[in-house]
Amino acid sequence: MQLSTKHLLGIRDLSPQDIRIILDTATQFKEVLQRPIKKVPSLRDVTIVNLFYENSTRTRISFELAEKRLSADTINFTSSGSSVSKGETLLDTVNNILSMKVDMVVMRHSASGAPHFLSRHIPAVIVNAGDGINEHPTQALLDALSIQEKLGSLEGRRVAIIGDIMHSRVALSNIHLLKKMGAEVMVAGPPTLIPKHIKAAFDIKVEHDVKKALAWCEVANVLRIQLERQNQVLFSSLREYNLAYGITRKLLDGLDHEVLIMHPGPINRGVELDSDVADSGQSIILDQVENGVAVRMAVLYLLSGKRDNT
Amino acid sequence: MRMNFGYLCTTIMNELTTILDKDQLHLTLQRLSHQLIENHHPFKDTCFIGIQPRGVPVSDYIIKYLSSLYPGMELQYGKLDITFYRDDIRRQLHVPSETHLPFSIENKKVVLIDDVLYTGRTIRAAMDALLDNGRPSKVELCILVDRRYSRQLPIQPDYCGKAIDSFITQKVKVLLDDDARVVLYDYPD
Repeated sequence: MQLSTKHLLGIRDLSPQDIRIILDTATQFKEVLQRPIKKVPSLRDVTIVNLFYENSTRTRISFELAEKRLSADTINFTSSGSSVSKGETLLDTVNNILSMKVDMVVMRHSASGAPHFLSRHIPAVIVNAGDGINEHPTQALLDALSIQEKLGSLEGRRVAIIGDIMHSRVALSNIHLLKKMGAEVMVAGPPTLIPKHIKAAFDIKVEHDVKKALAWCEVANVLRIQLERQNQVLFSSLREYNLAYGITRKLLDGLDHEVLIMHPGPINRGVELDSDVADSGQSIILDQVENGVAVRMAVLYLLSGKRDNT
Repeated sequence: MRMNFGYLCTTIMNELTTILDKDQLHLTLQRLSHQLIENHHPFKDTCFIGIQPRGVPVSDYIIKYLSSLYPGMELQYGKLDITFYRDDIRRQLHVPSETHLPFSIENKKVVLIDDVLYTGRTIRAAMDALLDNGRPSKVELCILVDRRYSRQLPIQPDYCGKAIDSFITQKVKVLLDDDARVVLYDYPD
């Protein structure tokens, strides 16, 4: 039994069976992380480079920890302070690193499709750690694991993704994954932050009233307002966004059922999510982070067997 | 004959001989249990660990039998998955099973239980996996079928149900369902 793809470029390329294998394997790695010695020797002959062309805290630490827990050798690369500033191209940089005998590349890049481009030109296994506004597959997988842990399964679950859908790779990966696993998906937020044809493209619900979205869903995945990716004014102010679309305690108290609150981080407290909601018992934000290491261990472990087939 | 190997694969196999029939299999498992009683009763510092996936039906049987002999006695019993410790993960990808050790193995006597001992590589991996959970005072190995003269590592069982001679192209399958028996069959690559 193995994954149908050689790389993890996006959830788009995975089959439901692949997703199940990754989540099942991640569950076993969670057990490993509870042991006195939280390390297994599975990848001790594998070298992994973490290529981060864009800022990251959680994902980079999580990947690095996952690699170390699997006994892989790791190299970290960040574009600032490297020869990228001297004008070296992506392909040249990676080829130079690969000639030092690296087996796997974990990569984050601000350009959508950068890992796909690399996968066509280099022999190493590539794991996408977020590319522009396209996909962030490991985030969707860890979100799925977190939902599955709390609710038992994904099938038939109602999940609302709330916030900046337009600029969010987390949203796109989550939509792909949830649809593949049989969940019902709704996206909610201001009309300016929701792509026009998303409803038809994915067969999902679209809602502009957060209150209605919360009343419908069992899980609310609240996304960050990505100010760094916005080059035009899509809403008038953060204060106004919070008043109209922010998740507040008052909103949640008005519901007749409890909604699980998720957020991929980093949180803009008081913008998309109020502090008392983020820190409350129904928020599983820190569980998501914990699951992140296990999911990334599973992905790296399952893909590591693929590198010899090149 | 077509047989279902659960999640592993569905394969066509040529059954050669029955190594243990139903009655012999039950007797052998009960003998192993009695040998464990001899050495470990009253099981205060002993824990039993079945190796996933195929050692677990064997260890389940032994634990059930011991519990029936000593009703009310608490036996420490866990399951250990060794997938992440295998030395052949580059050749073939194995999907892990559950590890469940609801006790500390620190300073305990651990009895590892598996169905078939062949090259010894599984047990090597199991010892690595086990030692990542603590430092037992002693580790013993209980095996239902020992395919002797085929070891690739210096590992021998402390308790052995039956020792057999076999070729490299053969496999041993322990069945513990309604049609319980141990069979030897052809498994050409």
